[in-house]
Amino acid sequence: MKNIFKISLRNLLRYKRRTLLTSLLIILGVVMVVVFSGISKSFKEMMIGTITDSMMGHLQIHKKGYVSSIDNLPLHLNLKDEEINNLKSLLDENSDAIEAYTFRIKFGAMLSNYEQTTNIRLTAVNPEMENRASPALVARINDFSGEANFFVKQGELIIPENLAKGLKLKIGQEVVLVATNQDGSVNGMSFTIAGIMSGLTGPSGRDGYMHIDDAKDLLRIYGNEINEIAIRLEDSDNLKNVNKMLSQNLKSLNSAIDRPGYELHTWAQLSPFSTIATIVDLLIYIVKIVLISIVLISILNVMMMSVFERVSEIGTISAIGTLPSKILWLFVTEGFLLGLISAIVGSIISVISLYLINIAELHFSFGRMQDILLKTSISISELIIVSIIVIVISIFSSFQPAYKASKMEPVDALRHV
Amino acid sequence: MSLIELKKVSRIYKMGETSIQALADINLDIEQQTFVSFVGPSGSGKTTLLNLIGCLDKPSNGEIKVNNVRVNEFNRKDAAVFRGTNIGFIFQNFNLLPILTVYENVEYPLIMVQNIPEKERRDRVLKYLDAVGMTDQKDKYPSQISGGQKQRAAVARALVSDPKLVLADEPTANLDHKSAFMVIELMRQMQRELNTAFIFSTHDPKIVKEAEIIYTLEDGKLVNREQITNSDINAKEKN
Repeated sequence: MKNIFKISLRNLLRYKRRTLLTSLLIILGVVMVVVFSGISKSFKEMMIGTITDSMMGHLQIHKKGYVSSIDNLPLHLNLKDEEINNLKSLLDENSDAIEAYTFRIKFGAMLSNYEQTTNIRLTAVNPEMENRASPALVARINDFSGEANFFVKQGELIIPENLAKGLKLKIGQEVVLVATNQDGSVNGMSFTIAGIMSGLTGPSGRDGYMHIDDAKDLLRIYGNEINEIAIRLEDSDNLKNVNKMLSQNLKSLNSAIDRPGYELHTWAQLSPFSTIATIVDLLIYIVKIVLISIVLISILNVMMMSVFERVSEIGTISAIGTLPSKILWLFVTEGFLLGLISAIVGSIISVISLYLINIAELHFSFGRMQDILLKTSISISELIIVSIIVIVISIFSSFQPAYKASKMEPVDALRHV
Repeated sequence: MSLIELKKVSRIYKMGETSIQALADINLDIEQQTFVSFVGPSGSGKTTLLNLIGCLDKPSNGEIKVNNVRVNEFNRKDAAVFRGTNIGFIFQNFNLLPILTVYENVEYPLIMVQNIPEKERRDRVLKYLDAVGMTDQKDKYPSQISGGQKQRAAVARALVSDPKLVLADEPTANLDHKSAFMVIELMRQMQRELNTAFIFSTHDPKIVKEAEIIYTLEDGKLVNREQITNSDINAKEKN
């Protein structure tokens, strides 16, 4: 085997320029894939992080049927005291995987500044629980300088930026919220604007925040009721496993009650941003396919030329007694070495490139979030996967020319000039 | 005892609709440890005959036995194994591998064909390089040595696996007169020292006289067999 490697390596070095050009092409492909993957995955993770950390959490539990009618923000699908306790116990039992959770009441209301009225979508929260489950939420409140665990107090309201602009509302100003209760009656309460919040994607959001106890008063909820539990995981990469585990647990809870049960959704199932994440993944796949094509075509081309140029040599080694299988491996090893060397060099250059991008401290914007630092990273496993793709395709593409070489009749090959 | 036996061997090449008879009804019997030459004009069938004996090609008809083994029905793998252990080859164009040094070229059959342990391999390679007078050139690449030296290295490569038979197709065709004689002399010397049979083809009348037995081919047929007697050899040596 050592000798096959030695001969194959020398054959590669024999046509230095051609080997170098082919290798450069593959290196370029590897760098393209790894750097693109490093940047886009970082962007994706940042985007997902922003969504999950400031709004959605990683998972959400609702009463069955709530998500399908979420646009109406129904109050008749609230989780009651017993259900909340059951769910709380379940979540507490899995505290090793779950970092925090928060109870929310989401509802629609009319917001009035005594001159104009508009509709608003409100999320009523316990600020301490919400801050633990959505630690990036307070970062969306403009010029927030208070204690994050008390970002909204009773009697206060945090309103979205576009409503503040539309109604010319300022912090400290009084507004009135009017909401329809579960029984169909209407109730109104006055609040003080405590903060103005940026939307994730720009000034188009209509989501405000208030204290959960105020919401209960406004909605005349006499007891413990919520309609959403948002869950933040210890490790977001563990989402699939936790989702599976909680789904099974909820299934057994569902079977124990005769009322409509619970439903569990991941952030991706609830957010349109998951499509962007899917597109990013798809783009990475496309770039990988481009890499595969580059490797396939360049190695196939170089190995076909190599076989064609060495017909007489193939005849000689065959005449001397080299087995067809060894001739095949001589050429496959050439392709393998070309792929291996290119993958290693490409990976090294890619890591250096990503490091340089990090040093350059490039910034970009996502929605309303400005000046986000592009922090690229690539996992060892991703580098290994890209390298394995290159090596496997190199072997695969050199197999056909190698097979052709091994099948040559020595008498015909020796005649070749 | 016969080393090579050919019975009614024919080789017909088909080129589209046309059939070309390269060899017709060849009967041949070559003893071990002999120095044989095939002579004849171009197209007479010398190379075809050598290819058939060397298991590089298969006859259209007839039977070939080399070292008492019927070789005409070998598959590719069996033929390669047989060649690797029984037959050495010397080519008109030397056919040394350009990426290997002289030493590595001679070593090649012992690594890639016979898998001989390193110590024995080294001893054998050095022995044959010494025998052909190429020890000084062992670290040079084929592109760095002369044609005569290349052919001497090729002789060492052909002999290093201790074959019963060495086949040389026009081994002197690309050499000047002096180098040609040196290579033939070297082959003759090796044949005597190692008791290996050598068969070479040539159309050079001066070279052919070095053989012990001369087979003449014309139009794919064996037309003459000439045995050079000891008196002929003595007369030649006196001259």
